[in-house]
Amino acid sequence: MNPISKIPSNEITPEETFLNRRFFMKTAIWAGSVVATGGMYRAFSPRADVKSTGSEIATVVDSTFQSSLGADEKVNSFGEIAGYNNYYEFSTDKSAVAAKAKDFVTDPWSVEVGGLVGKPRVFGLEDLLKMESEERVYRFRCVEGWSMVIPWVGFPLVKLLNLVEPKSEATHVAFETYYDLKQMPDAGSAGIDLPYVEGLRMDEAMHPLTLLATGLYGKTLPNQNGAPIRLVVPWKYGFKSIKSVVKITLTNREPPTTWSLANPGEYGFYSNVNPKVDHPRWSQARERRIGEAGSRETLMFNGYEAQVSHLYAGMNLEEDF
Amino acid sequence: MAVTLSQDGRFHRQLIFINGLLPMVLIGFDAWRGKLGVNPAEFVTRATGVMTLVFLILTLLVTPLRKLLGWNWLLKQRRLLGLFAFYYCCGHLLTYLAFDRDWQLGTVFEDVVKRRFIAVGMFSFVLMVPLAVTSTNAMIKKLGGARWAQLHRLTYYITIGGVLHYYMIVKSDATYPLWFAAVVAVLLGYRVVVSLRKARERVAVGVVK
Repeated sequence: MNPISKIPSNEITPEETFLNRRFFMKTAIWAGSVVATGGMYRAFSPRADVKSTGSEIATVVDSTFQSSLGADEKVNSFGEIAGYNNYYEFSTDKSAVAAKAKDFVTDPWSVEVGGLVGKPRVFGLEDLLKMESEERVYRFRCVEGWSMVIPWVGFPLVKLLNLVEPKSEATHVAFETYYDLKQMPDAGSAGIDLPYVEGLRMDEAMHPLTLLATGLYGKTLPNQNGAPIRLVVPWKYGFKSIKSVVKITLTNREPPTTWSLANPGEYGFYSNVNPKVDHPRWSQARERRIGEAGSRETLMFNGYEAQVSHLYAGMNLEEDF
Repeated sequence: MAVTLSQDGRFHRQLIFINGLLPMVLIGFDAWRGKLGVNPAEFVTRATGVMTLVFLILTLLVTPLRKLLGWNWLLKQRRLLGLFAFYYCCGHLLTYLAFDRDWQLGTVFEDVVKRRFIAVGMFSFVLMVPLAVTSTNAMIKKLGGARWAQLHRLTYYITIGGVLHYYMIVKSDATYPLWFAAVVAVLLGYRVVVSLRKARERVAVGVVK
């Protein structure tokens, strides 16, 4: 006997109700799936614009520095500079760093300067902000192949070094970034050893282009750009310009640097911008200037060849990359 | 009489079609309103690459879901999922030609030879082409079901190549490519286990004989 025939006819769903229910279910699945897909896209797509929260830097004086930018080179916007950052302690997603670094505490702050110096000293943030500063508009070239033009505010590193009186046996300067897993909870998945360390040769550190930046666009640095104080070495790839510096040590040997520790075949100690020496995985001959549609040629020493090439005279830049 | 939801192939197809196109539509919309972030070229390149992997994984999910949950209706939609993988892969390739090569097509060969991660990615793309070409009913008939299925097992190598390509370009934080690798390992591991079990059964039958 067919069991279906046992169902009383009054319990059979009328076709119209059945089709309505079906329509309702389909619509719900439609809507649910589209919201889920769209939501996932939104979760992984770039964040909203970043606004400045910095305060005016009072000690800025007129700069005699000649920016050497080409007529076709425009300064990048604040949103571009502060919305796209490599700061692996906070996130390896460049557009997520701003939000993740929002509550980073940069005041109080101190920078310990020591090693082979006559007068080791701990500088408080107020000491650093009291230094006579100037605006320096520099090209910034990331090793990943993108670049910007950034109006930094700061003072040459040499001014700070002179205050601690380097000893004659000092050959290099080592730098270290602040590191605290409580404030940087995602640092564990960065894939590089932290705290972040960098280094320069003494003559590179003393070069007038080498800057300690405390601000950009006339205001104190956003956290994601390395507040409250960072190094800027415009003729080297961006990762040499170490952020949120807490320690500067003068030494008599080449200091270890984070990226060459992580991958010595890809990142060297010098890491000078050089269109003729490719990264093993991509070309360095051209770069994508943020805000521009096409790409442009990468300049030797990032366009600062006239000022810095003498530092490397006689060196094989393919070996000492 | 109305078909049940799980038999409604037209509904499934529409669902996959809309959700498959949606990311590309949203990318287009964000491009139009200038909201693709600070480096649009990088974002679109990564987004299309990730979508390719997502759709490859969805095609590899069909067999386990059929076998384990009995969702046989998924089989009919697998070709559409595969075509979406190919569609996003073509988009990904276009971003490479436009942003990385500046449309200097002559430099592509040299780049493939020089850079291993480009070679691996290109390997996967090239293998996808015959699968896309043979995705029609007529081609299935022409090739015969068994041969067609055999050819389309290239999907395994395409997916492995795709995940490897992603892993190889990462600078230091390999979290995402490793997640993709784990999912692909489970989906391909399932097939290895099934075929080993089948082989053992065959051996057992042989012994009885």
